[in-house]
Amino acid sequence: MARRRPPLWVERDASIHVVFFLLSQLGAAVLSLLANLGRIGLFLGQSVGCLFVPPLKIRRVMRQIQFIGARSLLVIALTGLFAGMVLGLQGYYTLTRFGSEAYLGPAVAISLITELGPVLSALMVTGRAGSAIAAEIGIMRITEQIDALEVMALNPVRYLVVPNIVAGIIALPLLGALFAVIGIYGGYLVGVQLLGVSSGTYFGNMTDFVSMTDIRNGFYKSLVFGLSITFLCCFKGYHTGYGAEGVSHATTEAVVWSSVAILVLDYFLNSVLL
Amino acid sequence: MVVGCHPGAGLFPQLGAAVMAEMPLIQVRELYKRFGRQAVFQGLSLDIMRGEILAVVGRSGTGKSVLLKHLIGLIRPDKGQILVEGQDIHQGGSRHLAQVRERFGMLFQGGALFDSLSVEDNVAFPLQEKTRMSDAEIQAAVAEILKDVGLEGVEGKLPDQLSGGMRKRVALARALVLHPEIVLFDEPTTGLDPILVRSIHRLIADTQAHLHYTAVIVSHEIPQIFDIATRVAMLHQGVILEVDTAARFQCSSNPAVQQFIAGRPEGPLTST
Repeated sequence: MARRRPPLWVERDASIHVVFFLLSQLGAAVLSLLANLGRIGLFLGQSVGCLFVPPLKIRRVMRQIQFIGARSLLVIALTGLFAGMVLGLQGYYTLTRFGSEAYLGPAVAISLITELGPVLSALMVTGRAGSAIAAEIGIMRITEQIDALEVMALNPVRYLVVPNIVAGIIALPLLGALFAVIGIYGGYLVGVQLLGVSSGTYFGNMTDFVSMTDIRNGFYKSLVFGLSITFLCCFKGYHTGYGAEGVSHATTEAVVWSSVAILVLDYFLNSVLL
Repeated sequence: MVVGCHPGAGLFPQLGAAVMAEMPLIQVRELYKRFGRQAVFQGLSLDIMRGEILAVVGRSGTGKSVLLKHLIGLIRPDKGQILVEGQDIHQGGSRHLAQVRERFGMLFQGGALFDSLSVEDNVAFPLQEKTRMSDAEIQAAVAEILKDVGLEGVEGKLPDQLSGGMRKRVALARALVLHPEIVLFDEPTTGLDPILVRSIHRLIADTQAHLHYTAVIVSHEIPQIFDIATRVAMLHQGVILEVDTAARFQCSSNPAVQQFIAGRPEGPLTST
């Protein structure tokens, strides 16, 4: 027996429901995105506002510089050394094809100073210190320590967020510079000591081709990354969900958001600076 | 039959006379609050008198801690007002709210001690931030308040190295160190043994008698809380079901109050 086709109005009604459902889902996603962006904007405004309200918590800033900067030295030195060695190796074999191995020094130096130094050091700091910052502030949120600050009529942003941002702005350019210097030495080890490029050529061409603009661009990038990593990690920690799961989720999101932000900002900064 | 009616049987019966017939220090007016679909307050009103110890009781999840957070402005109501000496705490912006908060101290349920700071630094923190006292004066004030709460010789320890009762005492010391006019206690004795419960209650009553602050205590300690409370308010279904002096509250004819005091599983509280 042939199945009877439902009346046309029933089909039309069902399809209207599907369209409404999809539209409501889209609307909810857009509203959630806008709410998040608004929250980030307000938090950024509050944090930047507090940056200029004296007195700065110097002791806490120094502690955070030690945590973000000094404690990241080993991982920055190691990654810088191997990044430079890889650049030396890859650069040498690529440049040999064009008979330009004499330019190995400037190639390694420019790559490290303008690009790899700021970006990789920022990614390393995100993984090592950014996650810890998000977790620490998240735990303070769920154990009501942030509420305790508010109850004492103190501004938690001034105590928890501003010192991290100031420390990030100070530490990241220094770590980026250290990364580049050690990377250049790694390139020297491979290019000069292992593959036979002369030391004079490696360093001589470097001073000829690397300009102050390259160094300044690398510095600007590190400044922006220092601000964005610390801000995003503090934001995620400050707005953490409930319980251990909430903190774990906030920490993961802080690392993911910061890493993506570094790469996206890197592209836009290159577009503006180059 | 009225269960658990022991008027005047408290440890500190003299506190019953402390309520003054004057304008309330804190007035909660027609408070409404929802979290998503859950309506926590539905027109809650409550007066808190200067110098009294008001105990707020009620079943778990009725919004007692949320009420405390409203009193100190940590949560904004959807509708309604919190008036401190007749002034709405949310009118006048964040600066006014900060000024109001300086009159408050709060003991959080979990203590909310700063876990990276020692006991001494935790208690000294409000003094360092809110006063111009010298380091020596701060050290002396911290030593004195720690002595008052019965904690000596633990100044250098971290909160994680203390027992639950000791943590509550440190939190109490931190809440009282600036001599606030109003102190909010969010379940100050939860998870403690009966001896410690009595001891913390005695500490609250002693410090209140000494410092004359107004106290609002959220508690589940029935009947021990009646020993120190001047008045008791019971929160149920988003409103204050009953508020009266501790003695009269215990003799209330309201079956819901009696069920709560007796801790009976059957009754109007569980049938709704």
